[in-house]
Amino acid sequence: MIRILLPHHLRQLARVNGEIEIQVEAPVTQTTILDALETNFPMLRGTIRDQVTQERRALVRFFACGEDISHQPPKTSLPDAIATGAEPFFIMGAIAGG
Amino acid sequence: MPKAESNKFVYDGVPGTHQWYDGTQHPWEFKRVWHLEPSLTDPDTVYAGVEDAALFRSTDGGKSWHELSGLRDHETGPKWQPGAGGMCLHTIVLDPSNPERIFIAISAAGAFRTDDGGKTWRPINRGLRSEHIPDPTAEVGHCVHRIAMHPKRPNTLFMQKHWDVMRSDDAGDSWHEVSGNLPSDFGFPIDIHAHEPDTIYVVPIKSDSEHFPPDGKLRVYRSRTGGNKWEELTKGLPQSDCYVNVLRDAMAVDSLDPCGVYFGTTGGQVYASADAGDNWAHIVRDLPAVLSVEVQTLP
Repeated sequence: MIRILLPHHLRQLARVNGEIEIQVEAPVTQTTILDALETNFPMLRGTIRDQVTQERRALVRFFACGEDISHQPPKTSLPDAIATGAEPFFIMGAIAGG
Repeated sequence: MPKAESNKFVYDGVPGTHQWYDGTQHPWEFKRVWHLEPSLTDPDTVYAGVEDAALFRSTDGGKSWHELSGLRDHETGPKWQPGAGGMCLHTIVLDPSNPERIFIAISAAGAFRTDDGGKTWRPINRGLRSEHIPDPTAEVGHCVHRIAMHPKRPNTLFMQKHWDVMRSDDAGDSWHEVSGNLPSDFGFPIDIHAHEPDTIYVVPIKSDSEHFPPDGKLRVYRSRTGGNKWEELTKGLPQSDCYVNVLRDAMAVDSLDPCGVYFGTTGGQVYASADAGDNWAHIVRDLPAVLSVEVQTLP
Protein backbone atom coordinates (compact mmCIF):
# COMPACT_ATOMS: atom_id res chain seq x y z
CA MET A 1 0.00 0.00 0.00
CA ILE A 2 1.11 3.53 -0.74
CA ARG A 3 0.68 6.12 1.99
CA ILE A 4 -0.35 9.59 0.83
CA LEU A 5 -0.55 12.81 2.83
CA LEU A 6 -2.79 15.49 1.36
CA PRO A 7 -2.81 19.18 2.27
CA HIS A 8 -5.61 20.27 4.59
CA HIS A 9 -7.81 21.79 1.86
CA LEU A 10 -7.74 18.62 -0.23
CA ARG A 11 -8.42 16.41 2.80
CA GLN A 12 -11.62 18.37 3.28
CA LEU A 13 -12.53 18.00 -0.37
CA ALA A 14 -11.81 14.27 -0.26
CA ARG A 15 -13.52 13.96 3.13
CA VAL A 16 -10.60 12.15 4.74
CA ASN A 17 -8.62 12.64 7.92
CA GLY A 18 -4.92 11.99 8.17
CA GLU A 19 -3.18 9.67 5.73
CA ILE A 20 -4.72 7.88 2.77
CA GLU A 21 -3.61 4.35 1.89
CA ILE A 22 -4.20 3.09 -1.64
CA GLN A 23 -3.04 0.23 -3.82
CA VAL A 24 -0.76 1.30 -6.68
CA GLU A 25 0.45 -1.10 -9.35
CA ALA A 26 4.19 -1.05 -10.12
CA PRO A 27 6.02 0.95 -11.25
CA VAL A 28 5.32 3.43 -8.48
CA THR A 29 5.73 6.93 -9.91
CA GLN A 30 4.10 10.32 -9.42
CA THR A 31 1.86 9.48 -12.37
CA THR A 32 0.71 6.07 -11.13
CA ILE A 33 0.14 7.38 -7.60
CA LEU A 34 -1.96 10.29 -8.86
CA ASP A 35 -3.84 8.04 -11.28
CA ALA A 36 -4.78 5.73 -8.41
CA LEU A 37 -5.55 8.64 -6.09
CA GLU A 38 -7.90 10.24 -8.64
CA THR A 39 -9.59 6.90 -9.30
CA ASN A 40 -10.28 6.44 -5.59
CA PHE A 41 -11.12 10.09 -4.97
CA PRO A 42 -12.58 11.52 -8.20
CA MET A 43 -13.26 14.85 -6.51
CA LEU A 44 -9.52 15.46 -6.50
CA ARG A 45 -9.30 15.43 -10.30
CA GLY A 46 -8.01 18.75 -11.55
CA THR A 47 -6.84 19.92 -8.13
CA ILE A 48 -3.34 18.43 -8.02
CA ARG A 49 -2.64 18.38 -11.76
CA ASP A 50 -4.32 19.82 -14.81
CA GLN A 51 -6.96 17.41 -16.10
CA VAL A 52 -5.96 17.90 -19.74
CA THR A 53 -2.19 18.37 -19.72
CA GLN A 54 -1.61 16.27 -16.56
CA GLU A 55 0.90 18.91 -15.43
CA ARG A 56 1.33 19.52 -11.70
CA ARG A 57 -0.48 22.64 -10.47
CA ALA A 58 2.03 25.42 -9.77
CA LEU A 59 1.03 25.76 -6.09
CA VAL A 60 1.31 22.04 -5.37
CA ARG A 61 4.56 20.26 -4.53
CA PHE A 62 5.53 16.63 -4.03
CA PHE A 63 7.96 15.31 -1.42
CA ALA A 64 9.36 11.81 -1.03
CA CYS A 65 11.68 10.84 1.84
CA GLY A 66 12.25 14.50 2.69
CA GLU A 67 13.22 15.41 -0.87
CA ASP A 68 11.35 17.81 -3.13
CA ILE A 69 10.59 15.76 -6.23
CA SER A 70 8.13 18.25 -7.76
CA HIS A 71 10.38 18.93 -10.71
CA GLN A 72 11.33 15.33 -11.48
CA PRO A 73 9.76 13.80 -14.62
CA PRO A 74 6.44 12.39 -13.38
CA LYS A 75 7.16 8.89 -14.66
CA THR A 76 10.41 8.56 -12.68
CA SER A 77 10.32 5.57 -10.32
CA LEU A 78 10.02 6.64 -6.70
CA PRO A 79 12.21 5.32 -3.85
CA ASP A 80 11.46 1.85 -2.45
CA ALA A 81 10.44 3.46 0.85
CA ILE A 82 7.49 5.06 -0.93
CA ALA A 83 6.65 1.89 -2.90
CA THR A 84 6.63 -0.23 0.28
CA GLY A 85 4.71 2.31 2.34
CA ALA A 86 7.58 2.85 4.78
CA GLU A 87 7.44 6.57 3.95
CA PRO A 88 4.43 8.62 2.79
CA PHE A 89 4.14 10.42 -0.52
CA PHE A 90 3.69 14.01 0.67
CA ILE A 91 1.55 16.38 -1.40
CA MET A 92 2.03 19.91 -0.13
CA GLY A 93 0.02 23.01 -0.94
CA ALA A 94 1.15 26.60 -0.76
CA ILE A 95 0.40 27.90 2.71
CA ALA A 96 -2.96 29.64 2.71
CA GLY A 97 -3.66 32.70 4.73
CA GLY A 98 -0.10 33.47 5.76
CA MET B 1 22.94 53.23 -7.64
CA PRO B 2 19.24 53.59 -6.74
CA LYS B 3 18.66 55.98 -3.88
CA ALA B 4 16.15 55.38 -1.10
CA GLU B 5 13.53 58.13 -0.85
CA SER B 6 10.23 58.74 0.89
CA ASN B 7 7.96 55.79 0.19
CA LYS B 8 10.75 54.26 -1.87
CA PHE B 9 12.16 51.00 -0.63
CA VAL B 10 15.29 49.70 -2.31
CA TYR B 11 16.93 46.46 -1.25
CA ASP B 12 20.61 46.60 -0.37
CA GLY B 13 22.93 45.24 -3.05
CA VAL B 14 21.86 42.43 -5.35
CA PRO B 15 18.57 41.19 -3.87
CA GLY B 16 19.13 37.48 -4.58
CA THR B 17 16.42 34.83 -4.57
CA HIS B 18 14.01 33.06 -2.21
CA GLN B 19 11.86 30.00 -2.66
CA TRP B 20 8.73 30.35 -4.81
CA TYR B 21 5.45 28.49 -4.27
CA ASP B 22 6.58 25.65 -6.52
CA GLY B 23 9.94 25.21 -4.83
CA THR B 24 11.99 27.01 -7.49
CA GLN B 25 14.07 30.09 -6.69
CA HIS B 26 12.50 33.49 -7.37
CA PRO B 27 14.03 36.98 -7.27
CA TRP B 28 13.31 39.23 -4.30
CA GLU B 29 10.86 41.93 -5.49
CA PHE B 30 9.48 44.82 -3.45
CA LYS B 31 5.67 44.81 -3.50
CA ARG B 32 4.29 46.74 -0.53
CA VAL B 33 4.67 47.77 3.09
CA TRP B 34 2.80 45.55 5.55
CA HIS B 35 3.59 47.12 8.89
CA LEU B 36 5.06 50.31 10.37
CA GLU B 37 6.48 50.25 13.90
CA PRO B 38 7.55 53.54 15.50
CA SER B 39 10.67 53.59 17.66
CA LEU B 40 9.97 53.50 21.39
CA THR B 41 12.37 56.37 22.03
CA ASP B 42 13.01 58.48 18.92
CA PRO B 43 10.05 60.17 17.14
CA ASP B 44 11.97 60.33 13.84
CA THR B 45 12.79 56.62 13.76
CA VAL B 46 10.34 54.12 12.37
CA TYR B 47 10.66 50.55 11.12
CA ALA B 48 8.83 49.12 8.09
CA GLY B 49 8.18 45.46 7.38
CA VAL B 50 7.71 44.85 3.67
CA GLU B 51 6.86 42.24 1.05
CA ASP B 52 9.00 40.54 -0.28
CA ALA B 53 10.22 40.11 3.27
CA ALA B 54 12.69 42.69 4.49
CA LEU B 55 13.06 45.18 7.31
CA PHE B 56 13.66 48.88 6.61
CA ARG B 57 14.36 51.75 8.98
CA SER B 58 13.91 55.47 8.60
CA THR B 59 15.68 57.85 10.99
CA ASP B 60 14.33 61.02 9.38
CA GLY B 61 10.60 60.63 9.93
CA GLY B 62 10.02 58.54 6.81
CA LYS B 63 11.81 60.79 4.30
CA SER B 64 14.24 58.02 3.42
CA TRP B 65 14.38 54.31 4.12
CA HIS B 66 17.35 52.00 4.48
CA GLU B 67 17.27 48.25 4.66
CA LEU B 68 18.59 46.32 7.66
CA SER B 69 19.84 43.76 5.19
CA GLY B 70 21.47 41.45 7.71
CA LEU B 71 18.03 39.86 8.06
CA ARG B 72 17.44 39.12 4.38
CA ASP B 73 21.06 38.07 4.00
CA HIS B 74 20.59 35.33 6.61
CA GLU B 75 21.86 32.00 5.28
CA THR B 76 18.32 30.59 5.34
CA GLY B 77 17.00 33.37 3.02
CA PRO B 78 16.91 31.15 -0.09
CA LYS B 79 14.59 28.77 1.86
CA TRP B 80 12.01 31.41 2.78
CA GLN B 81 8.77 31.08 0.87
CA PRO B 82 5.55 33.07 0.54
CA GLY B 83 2.27 32.18 2.18
CA ALA B 84 -0.86 32.74 0.13
CA GLY B 85 -0.81 36.37 1.26
CA GLY B 86 2.70 36.84 -0.11
CA MET B 87 6.11 36.69 1.54
CA CYS B 88 5.58 39.48 4.00
CA LEU B 89 7.39 40.78 7.06
CA HIS B 90 4.30 41.66 9.07
CA THR B 91 5.34 41.79 12.72
CA ILE B 92 7.96 44.00 14.36
CA VAL B 93 8.30 43.91 18.15
CA LEU B 94 10.77 46.25 19.86
CA ASP B 95 12.16 45.32 23.28
CA PRO B 96 11.69 48.26 25.69
CA SER B 97 14.38 46.89 28.02
CA ASN B 98 17.02 46.40 25.33
CA PRO B 99 17.25 48.81 22.38
CA GLU B 100 19.51 46.38 20.52
CA ARG B 101 16.88 43.64 20.50
CA ILE B 102 14.13 43.39 17.85
CA PHE B 103 11.79 40.51 17.04
CA ILE B 104 10.22 40.14 13.61
CA ALA B 105 8.03 37.55 11.92
CA ILE B 106 7.71 36.57 8.27
CA SER B 107 5.13 34.46 6.47
CA ALA B 108 6.29 31.88 5.77
CA ALA B 109 9.79 31.88 7.16
CA GLY B 110 9.05 32.24 10.86
CA ALA B 111 10.31 34.43 13.70
CA PHE B 112 13.75 36.02 13.93
CA ARG B 113 15.59 38.05 16.57
CA THR B 114 18.46 40.48 16.52
CA ASP B 115 20.48 41.36 19.62
CA ASP B 116 22.74 43.89 17.92
CA GLY B 117 20.32 46.49 16.60
CA GLY B 118 19.59 44.70 13.34
CA LYS B 119 23.07 43.82 12.07
CA THR B 120 22.73 40.07 12.56
CA TRP B 121 19.68 37.87 13.00
CA ARG B 122 18.85 34.33 13.95
CA PRO B 123 15.72 32.24 13.55
CA ILE B 124 13.83 31.65 16.82
CA ASN B 125 11.47 28.85 15.85
CA ARG B 126 12.46 26.00 18.19
CA GLY B 127 9.34 24.30 19.51
CA LEU B 128 7.13 25.32 16.59
CA ARG B 129 5.54 22.43 14.76
CA SER B 130 3.92 22.93 11.34
CA GLU B 131 2.40 19.78 9.89
CA HIS B 132 1.87 21.32 6.47
CA ILE B 133 5.57 21.73 5.64
CA PRO B 134 7.93 18.90 4.66
CA ASP B 135 9.91 19.03 7.91
CA PRO B 136 7.41 20.05 10.63
CA THR B 137 10.16 21.20 13.01
CA ALA B 138 12.39 22.91 10.44
CA GLU B 139 14.53 25.88 11.44
CA VAL B 140 12.58 28.11 9.01
CA GLY B 141 9.41 27.79 6.94
CA HIS B 142 6.80 28.32 9.66
CA CYS B 143 3.84 30.55 8.93
CA VAL B 144 3.87 32.81 11.99
CA HIS B 145 0.86 35.12 11.92
CA ARG B 146 1.51 37.50 14.81
CA ILE B 147 3.66 37.95 17.93
CA ALA B 148 2.77 40.02 21.01
CA MET B 149 4.89 41.12 23.97
CA HIS B 150 3.93 42.91 27.19
CA PRO B 151 6.40 45.75 27.81
CA LYS B 152 6.79 44.81 31.47
CA ARG B 153 7.83 41.25 30.61
CA PRO B 154 9.87 41.45 27.42
CA ASN B 155 11.22 37.89 27.55
CA THR B 156 7.71 36.44 27.32
CA LEU B 157 6.23 36.32 23.83
CA PHE B 158 2.88 35.05 22.63
CA MET B 159 2.41 33.89 19.05
CA GLN B 160 -0.56 33.10 16.87
CA LYS B 161 0.77 30.73 14.26
CA HIS B 162 -0.95 29.42 11.11
CA TRP B 163 -2.20 26.73 13.47
CA ASP B 164 -1.37 26.80 17.22
CA VAL B 165 -1.10 29.52 19.83
CA MET B 166 2.42 29.45 21.26
CA ARG B 167 4.31 30.96 24.19
CA SER B 168 7.99 31.61 24.85
CA ASP B 169 9.48 32.64 28.19
CA ASP B 170 13.05 32.96 26.94
CA ALA B 171 12.78 35.66 24.28
CA GLY B 172 11.93 33.18 21.57
CA ASP B 173 14.73 30.67 22.21
CA SER B 174 12.05 28.02 22.71
CA TRP B 175 8.28 27.86 22.33
CA HIS B 176 5.51 25.69 23.75
CA GLU B 177 1.90 25.41 22.75
CA VAL B 178 -0.80 27.09 24.87
CA SER B 179 -3.83 26.55 22.60
CA GLY B 180 -5.59 24.62 25.40
CA ASN B 181 -9.38 24.59 25.05
CA LEU B 182 -9.68 26.98 22.06
CA PRO B 183 -12.36 25.83 19.59
CA SER B 184 -9.78 26.32 16.82
CA ASP B 185 -6.16 27.34 17.21
CA PHE B 186 -6.05 28.88 13.75
CA GLY B 187 -6.26 32.67 13.65
CA PHE B 188 -4.41 35.86 12.92
CA PRO B 189 -4.22 38.49 15.71
CA ILE B 190 -3.00 38.08 19.27
CA ASP B 191 -2.76 40.84 21.85
CA ILE B 192 -2.07 41.36 25.55
CA HIS B 193 -3.97 43.29 28.25
CA ALA B 194 -2.26 46.61 29.00
CA HIS B 195 -1.89 45.91 32.75
CA GLU B 196 -2.00 42.12 33.03
CA PRO B 197 0.87 40.40 31.20
CA ASP B 198 -0.84 37.01 31.51
CA THR B 199 -4.15 38.14 30.00
CA ILE B 200 -4.12 37.52 26.26
CA TYR B 201 -6.68 37.71 23.46
CA VAL B 202 -7.13 35.76 20.23
CA VAL B 203 -9.93 35.42 17.67
CA PRO B 204 -10.19 31.78 16.53
CA ILE B 205 -10.96 31.17 12.86
CA LYS B 206 -12.27 27.84 11.64
CA SER B 207 -9.36 26.74 9.46
CA ASP B 208 -6.79 27.79 6.90
CA SER B 209 -9.29 27.27 4.11
CA GLU B 210 -12.32 28.68 5.98
CA HIS B 211 -11.45 32.13 7.20
CA PHE B 212 -14.48 32.72 9.42
CA PRO B 213 -15.31 32.05 13.09
CA PRO B 214 -16.34 28.50 14.05
CA ASP B 215 -20.15 28.04 13.86
CA GLY B 216 -20.56 31.56 12.45
CA LYS B 217 -20.19 32.98 15.99
CA LEU B 218 -17.77 35.89 16.39
CA ARG B 219 -16.00 35.17 19.65
CA VAL B 220 -12.90 36.68 21.19
CA TYR B 221 -11.12 34.25 23.50
CA ARG B 222 -9.35 35.53 26.59
CA SER B 223 -6.86 33.68 28.73
CA ARG B 224 -6.04 35.09 32.16
CA THR B 225 -3.45 32.40 32.74
CA GLY B 226 -1.00 33.15 29.94
CA GLY B 227 -2.59 30.53 27.73
CA ASN B 228 -4.03 27.00 27.99
CA LYS B 229 -7.24 28.06 29.77
CA TRP B 230 -9.46 30.22 27.57
CA GLU B 231 -12.88 31.80 28.09
CA GLU B 232 -15.16 32.90 25.26
CA LEU B 233 -16.22 36.53 25.12
CA THR B 234 -19.48 36.99 23.25
CA LYS B 235 -21.54 39.81 24.79
CA GLY B 236 -22.31 42.31 22.05
CA LEU B 237 -20.72 40.24 19.29
CA PRO B 238 -22.81 38.54 16.57
CA GLN B 239 -23.52 34.94 17.59
CA SER B 240 -25.06 33.63 14.38
CA ASP B 241 -24.36 33.78 10.64
CA CYS B 242 -21.16 35.80 11.04
CA TYR B 243 -18.54 34.96 8.43
CA VAL B 244 -15.93 37.70 8.81
CA ASN B 245 -12.24 37.35 9.54
CA VAL B 246 -10.05 39.44 11.85
CA LEU B 247 -6.68 40.17 10.27
CA ARG B 248 -3.35 40.06 12.10
CA ASP B 249 -2.91 43.81 12.56
CA ALA B 250 -6.55 44.52 13.33
CA MET B 251 -6.53 44.19 17.13
CA ALA B 252 -5.28 46.70 19.69
CA VAL B 253 -5.52 47.59 23.37
CA ASP B 254 -5.52 51.01 25.04
CA SER B 255 -3.73 52.03 28.22
CA LEU B 256 -6.81 52.86 30.31
CA ASP B 257 -7.87 51.01 33.43
CA PRO B 258 -9.88 48.89 32.88
CA CYS B 259 -8.15 48.07 29.63
CA GLY B 260 -9.98 48.77 26.37
CA VAL B 261 -9.75 46.17 23.60
CA TYR B 262 -10.53 46.85 19.94
CA PHE B 263 -10.65 44.81 16.75
CA GLY B 264 -11.75 45.28 13.16
CA THR B 265 -13.20 42.73 10.74
CA THR B 266 -13.00 42.00 7.05
CA GLY B 267 -16.73 42.91 7.01
CA GLY B 268 -15.90 46.50 7.91
CA GLN B 269 -16.97 46.61 11.55
CA VAL B 270 -14.78 47.82 14.40
CA TYR B 271 -15.76 46.46 17.80
CA ALA B 272 -14.64 47.93 21.12
CA SER B 273 -14.75 46.72 24.70
CA ALA B 274 -14.21 49.19 27.53
CA ASP B 275 -13.98 46.44 30.14
CA ALA B 276 -11.17 44.15 28.99
CA GLY B 277 -13.44 42.10 26.74
CA ASP B 278 -16.46 41.40 28.96
CA ASN B 279 -18.82 43.54 26.83
CA TRP B 280 -18.50 44.64 23.21
CA ALA B 281 -20.18 47.12 20.89
CA HIS B 282 -19.45 48.13 17.35
CA ILE B 283 -18.13 51.67 17.12
CA VAL B 284 -17.85 51.76 13.31
CA ARG B 285 -19.49 49.70 10.60
CA ASP B 286 -19.64 49.50 6.79
CA LEU B 287 -15.95 50.22 6.28
CA PRO B 288 -13.92 48.32 3.72
CA ALA B 289 -12.13 45.28 5.15
CA VAL B 290 -10.24 46.50 8.22
CA LEU B 291 -6.52 45.81 7.83
CA SER B 292 -5.20 47.60 10.89
CA VAL B 293 -6.48 48.98 14.19
CA GLU B 294 -4.35 51.31 16.30
CA VAL B 295 -5.35 53.02 19.53
CA GLN B 296 -4.14 56.29 20.89
CA THR B 297 -5.05 57.17 24.47
CA LEU B 298 -5.33 60.93 24.83
CA PRO B 299 -4.44 62.59 28.13
